[in-house]
Amino acid sequence: MKRKPPRLYGLLAEFGSPQELVEAAEAARSSGYRRLDAFTPFPIERLSEALGHRPSKVPMLVLIGAILGALLGYGLQYWISAVSYPLNVGGRPYNSWPAFIPVTFELTILVAGVFTVLGMLALNGLPTPYHPVFNVPRFALASRDRYFLCVESKDTKFDEAATRVFLEGLRPSGVFDVEW
Amino acid sequence: MSHEKANSLESARARLAGTRGREFWRSLEELAGDPSFQEVLEREFPAGASEWGEGLDRRRFLQLAAASLAFAGLSACTRQPLESIVPYVRQPEEIVPGRPRLFATAMTLGGYASGLLVESHEGRPTKIEGNPEHPATQGATDVFAQALILGLYDPDRSQLVLEAGEISTWARFIARMSAALPALQANGGAGIRILTGTVTSPTLGEQIRALRTRFPKMGWVQYEPVSRDGARLGARLAFGVPVETRYDFAKADVVVSLDADFLVEGPASVRYARNFAANRRVRVGHERMIRLYAVESTPTATASLADHRLGVPPSEVPFLVWALAAEIGVTGVELPKALPEERARFIREAAADLQRNSGHGIVIPGDYAPAEVHVLAHAINERLGNVGTTVLRTDPVEVEPVDQVASLSTLVDDMRAGRVDLLAIVGENPVFDAPADLEFKEALLKVPLRLHLALEEDETSQYCHWHLPEAHPLEAWSDARAYDGTVTVMQPLIEPLYGGRSAHEFLSVFLDDPPRRGLEILREHWRLMAGREDFETLWRQSLHDGFVVGSVFGPRKFALRKPAAAEAVSAIRAAARDATAAAATAGGAPTDRFEIVFRPDPTIHDGRFANNGWLQELPKPLSKMTWDNAAYLAPAAARRLGVASGDLVAIEAGGRAIEAPAWILPGHPDGAVTVHFGYGRTACGRVGKGTGFDAYPLRSSAAMWSHPGGTIFKIPGRRDLACTQEHFAMEGRDLVRVGTIARFQKDPEFARKMEEAPGRDLNLYPGFNYEGHAWGVSIDLSVCTGCNACVVACVAENNIPVVGKDQVRRGREMHWLRVDRYYEGDSESPDAHMQPVMCMQCEQAPCEVVCPVGATSHSSEGLNDMVYNRCVGTRYCSNNCPYKVRRFNFLQYSDEKTPVLKLGRNPDVTVRSRGVMEKCTYCVQRINAARIAAEKEDRPIRDGEIKTACQQACPTQAIVFGDINDAQSRVARLKAEPANYGLMEHLNTRPRTTYLAKLRNPNPDLEPEKT
Amino acid sequence: MKDKPPLIAPGYTSATVTDKISAVVLRGTPRWWFAAFGAAFLLVMLFLFTLGHLFLKGVGIYGVNIPVGWGWDITNFVWWIGIGHAGTLISAILLLLRQEWRNSINRFAEAMTLFAVACAGVFPVVHLGRPWVMYWLFPYPSTMGVWPQFRSPLVWDVFAVSTYATISLLFWFVGLIPDLATLRDRSRNRFARIVYGMLAMGWRGSARHWHNYESAYLMLAGLATPLVVSVHSVVSFDFAVGIIPGWHSTIFPPYFVAGAIFSGFAMVLTLAIPLRALFGLEDFITDRHLQNMAKVMLATGLIVGYGYFIEIFMAWYGDNKYDMYMTVNRMLGPYAFQFWSLIACNVVVPQLLWIKRARRSPAFLFVIAIVVNIGMWLERYVIIVTSLHRDFLPSSWGMYSGTIWDYSTFIGTIGVFLALMFLFIRFLPMISIFEMRAILPEAKVEGGKE
Repeated sequence: MKRKPPRLYGLLAEFGSPQELVEAAEAARSSGYRRLDAFTPFPIERLSEALGHRPSKVPMLVLIGAILGALLGYGLQYWISAVSYPLNVGGRPYNSWPAFIPVTFELTILVAGVFTVLGMLALNGLPTPYHPVFNVPRFALASRDRYFLCVESKDTKFDEAATRVFLEGLRPSGVFDVEW
Repeated sequence: MSHEKANSLESARARLAGTRGREFWRSLEELAGDPSFQEVLEREFPAGASEWGEGLDRRRFLQLAAASLAFAGLSACTRQPLESIVPYVRQPEEIVPGRPRLFATAMTLGGYASGLLVESHEGRPTKIEGNPEHPATQGATDVFAQALILGLYDPDRSQLVLEAGEISTWARFIARMSAALPALQANGGAGIRILTGTVTSPTLGEQIRALRTRFPKMGWVQYEPVSRDGARLGARLAFGVPVETRYDFAKADVVVSLDADFLVEGPASVRYARNFAANRRVRVGHERMIRLYAVESTPTATASLADHRLGVPPSEVPFLVWALAAEIGVTGVELPKALPEERARFIREAAADLQRNSGHGIVIPGDYAPAEVHVLAHAINERLGNVGTTVLRTDPVEVEPVDQVASLSTLVDDMRAGRVDLLAIVGENPVFDAPADLEFKEALLKVPLRLHLALEEDETSQYCHWHLPEAHPLEAWSDARAYDGTVTVMQPLIEPLYGGRSAHEFLSVFLDDPPRRGLEILREHWRLMAGREDFETLWRQSLHDGFVVGSVFGPRKFALRKPAAAEAVSAIRAAARDATAAAATAGGAPTDRFEIVFRPDPTIHDGRFANNGWLQELPKPLSKMTWDNAAYLAPAAARRLGVASGDLVAIEAGGRAIEAPAWILPGHPDGAVTVHFGYGRTACGRVGKGTGFDAYPLRSSAAMWSHPGGTIFKIPGRRDLACTQEHFAMEGRDLVRVGTIARFQKDPEFARKMEEAPGRDLNLYPGFNYEGHAWGVSIDLSVCTGCNACVVACVAENNIPVVGKDQVRRGREMHWLRVDRYYEGDSESPDAHMQPVMCMQCEQAPCEVVCPVGATSHSSEGLNDMVYNRCVGTRYCSNNCPYKVRRFNFLQYSDEKTPVLKLGRNPDVTVRSRGVMEKCTYCVQRINAARIAAEKEDRPIRDGEIKTACQQACPTQAIVFGDINDAQSRVARLKAEPANYGLMEHLNTRPRTTYLAKLRNPNPDLEPEKT
Repeated sequence: MKDKPPLIAPGYTSATVTDKISAVVLRGTPRWWFAAFGAAFLLVMLFLFTLGHLFLKGVGIYGVNIPVGWGWDITNFVWWIGIGHAGTLISAILLLLRQEWRNSINRFAEAMTLFAVACAGVFPVVHLGRPWVMYWLFPYPSTMGVWPQFRSPLVWDVFAVSTYATISLLFWFVGLIPDLATLRDRSRNRFARIVYGMLAMGWRGSARHWHNYESAYLMLAGLATPLVVSVHSVVSFDFAVGIIPGWHSTIFPPYFVAGAIFSGFAMVLTLAIPLRALFGLEDFITDRHLQNMAKVMLATGLIVGYGYFIEIFMAWYGDNKYDMYMTVNRMLGPYAFQFWSLIACNVVVPQLLWIKRARRSPAFLFVIAIVVNIGMWLERYVIIVTSLHRDFLPSSWGMYSGTIWDYSTFIGTIGVFLALMFLFIRFLPMISIFEMRAILPEAKVEGGKE
């Protein structure tokens, strides 16, 4: 395409209820838009289907974290008690595995938990110090009781005029330009 | 500020008084809140800050200044005796820094010597052991010898010559004397009196003889509160001449003790205990036991080993002896009438037993028993033919045996009558401990010139013109005789810390011009004594051995006066009549009437050790009380009086009364109360001040050891006593396993069967096996008297701090080794059992597993090591220790402020600081010393080469340490004994310390074997 | 949920819910808050003073001794840790069980967990003889080459508690992110906007965010659930692993966990009842919430009671003279009063919760909750002290009692807890706003038509 980079980040349509938003999202997607994003004050399951998100990668990260934690936990104790600093403690063997289980377990949980949170933030690209949608004054209500659908200008099908008309067709309570 | 410090403790005490139970704890909490009190808690010595107790008047200030100078010097360098001072510039061969040297010396108590070895680190005496060659100790010690070290370094010892309270000098004193003496000499020294304790020292005796030649009319008075007047008088009555009696328990099969604590108290107790034990311990193949009958007026530790014990009020004892004499068939003695059957039976059987074993029996009267008892005992032993085999009679050991009470009262009369111009009191404290009825102090004040040589500024020094610091036994040259007459040498280990002088040097002021040094005096007298030209060899030999070989008194024949026994009996009758008469006239409800038994305190003796923290904090053998004395009552008596332990009672006798906390002592005879004198010091160091109550006011020259008719009644108020063991019963747990020898013969393993112990294979884990050495200890309960020597030895060896009464009461005493005391049977006459408990060094130690930082773990030789500087102080190990042998530094207990105390510490043992756990190490420093020695000589460590401190001190050799991997070692053989068992073995802790069951040898006729 | 009263009073919309809850934070500070926080702050000062004294003098200022090496210190530790558990239970387990009623209480329950764990963490440090080396309990490469001893339950504690604290913090913070965004968007004060903005990390509530967020939140819940069970089990090991009669008992882990939840819910009620009154949040924390919590308390209380009974039964059934003595001593010995009061507080009084009217009256619930808090403290005290003061050798038996320093340390931590709690309710939404929105009727989305 030989078009100068678009003036806008995208167009933002505001809706009054989750129901309307979900339907709008489905409509937008079925009419070929792909670079879509929706903003809601609380999680709405149907929305991600509507926008065609793939299953989250977080659980995989948790599993990896758990395995690492377990290995770290037992490895640490084994190395300390049997290799680096072996002591005859109350006649117990150096590798007293039953006594090492609690710490192994705790470290499993700890590492897995840290992976979960950091993973979630990473996948969401947080922290995000700046984002264009915040330039829309009404967007502040996205964390209260308004529901927004955003068509990004990166979308191949995006055309400022046409897309605006399309969004108006979804009967939003308003459509706003999202400045860069 | 020192004021408020002293006060804070006073106020603390005040606040504690009159509280009980939960409330009592609450008041402790209030105390904990008081910052100044917290400060006091921190001190090693609770009764004092490192400042002086009293206010800083000028004199105190000067003393303080002088003291700190002395300290400065001390902490800078060590003080070698001048005679043999060693220049470290050119180091002589035999001195290796870090390797201690042992010197033979001795201490005296009641005048009698016990030979010691003193361990000296670079000239600083640090530990005392018995002298293995010396007949009185044979390598063991009693508690007093062990505590001597702390006495030496006591910062409260008198440090200045005082003239009427003003600081003076020895030179000044000597000048004054030489000025004064000619006048006195004029009338043959008629106005001169010298008051000493019991003297057995040949040299001192010689000096006094010399004095007498210079002052023919002078008087020499011997008095100490704990003396053996009964024995002396008894001997005079029996033989007409002074006679010393000693016993050989090694040859005895039956012993009848007449109110004698012969295993724990008295000049020969250590030796007696050794022989008695040798004759009592049972091993497979050697299954004979000496049998002990004990008649006593107050429970003694000795009687905890008795096979048959009979507790009666003191007035009854003579009757029982009389009965015994009659049963034995002593000529001219018929049975007393109206003897309760149970007692009559006891005596009958004892007599029969003695007769069965005639020639191998001992009837031993207590030092404190009246003369008649001694006379009858002599007669009985004579009649039984024990004399010569088990009972040995010799010339008196004392230089000049006198009836001390009599000689003191004559002195008092002279003083009152103004016949005394100069009184020199040598090392005694009569103002505090003379019989109350003599009113010694008032008489003393009539004497124009009063001199006092003593270790501390005590009650007497306050009333003397001159107070002169005495040299500590470890600072002075002297000699003395042991119980068997052996001449024992006392050589100084260190130059007098506080410029004190010995009795010899003091008397020399009156004899020689200029006065001579102790060494000179001693050597000259010895040269005369020896009368040989090879004196030097004798001298060197004796210094090395610690005594003069062959100076022991051989037994001699003494003819027993025929009528003696009969006279004794009539005397007993007379005494009884007087008592009843007195009782009739005296008022007061009969239920309040009690006979009063006077005894020296088991730990601070007659009060001379009151300032010794180790002895103050040492639990009394039976009551386990520390820092206090009490009025000991039978449970029944306490019930009648309506008192609980700790309640205050008033005790009145002969018109004088005292207040004392009551203490219920199981086995105490009803109708009698025991008070220990020695406490209640008013002028002594910071440690002893304010501890206990003074019992001397009740003690009169007529009733030195028991008063036939005192009265007791409850008065409001309590005194909270610090007792280390509140619980008496074993709660049906097999802790001390007791059995008769008969049972042992039927079933040698009876003890082991009492509680099943899991087999060594019963384990989730494979467990460790110990090649090389595996250290272990075996403790023979059959011979443990609970004398506590091991406890003090442990304290001295391992730098164990003194925590003070308040902390003891909070359950924070620091002793690594304790002697548990349990009672069995009914509370009026129970059996007492003693059980020394130190760290068991469990192979599967519960304490180690729970330590989060691995501060306690096992060595390759199976020691349960404690790593102080790794400890973070969770106390989890202590919680999980089934034996509760771990001790915790809840506060900064070890005194790091007082410089002089540092000199006495064992340099091989860490001084622990606040917040760390500690416990028995099996004296690992001694193990390592032996290991190093062995490796140098490239040989294995020999069995018996390593002795733990407790083992070394134990008079009965009940404790044996060694390598259990070496099947031939003593300890291994003992652990192979069938009577061997481990404490709490069912917990699968695999203790390395095990016990041999306590065996008894009761007379089947008195106690038929239960089946 | 047919006939049951709704979890949010009718008539609320996403907007009103948001405004009402965020108003607590964004509107000015009520006067009583200063008074309350000031009082708590004084107790914090007392706490610091006590610690100062402790570090100067040593742990001897407490009542501990030989044989009773632990007393108030560890009692308080276990008590605080236990209280924390309710928070995790509500936010994690009830989440997994899809108990929507938890949404209005989980936020401050989690906060309570955090602060309780913080208070608990104080005691393992102050009870040490040498607190300044407490870091030796952590495995770090030291120049001395020494390491912790992993067979010790105390080391397990270190890991369990620190893991618990970390996970709780993460869980709490993750839950806060969307609400922080709300506050960022709602606050008029520029400074507040910046601070909340930073904390919200640019949260936009985008569908992708929610997508990962939801799954992460569930995962955390899944991790926290076994964790919360493990933590108090490990704490109970401190005793169960010991060999002392009264400690050495296999039933400890389960009934410690039950006890923890028991006391935790009691504490939630103790906090929730006054808070909802003070901020007029009765519409969100309804009586139904209180009743549910009362029921949980009743249930866990019964489990705890069963634990006590089994302990006594096993002592008799096991026919071990040491356990038997310990049990009798507990019931009739010098600490009988503490024992019977704990039975009264934990077993007898909660039975009143069978009565519906009792469960319905907030005031009454509040009283019962307090009683249970006391009871659970006593339980730990009795377990620790009565077991230690008379163990195997009668010769070393002794008595224990706390000192004023024990008291001031404990009261001090209560001050710390309250101070943190007041700061929390002042500066953060004490009810999870977005989760409240999610359970509003308007949030329902019917299946889309294709």
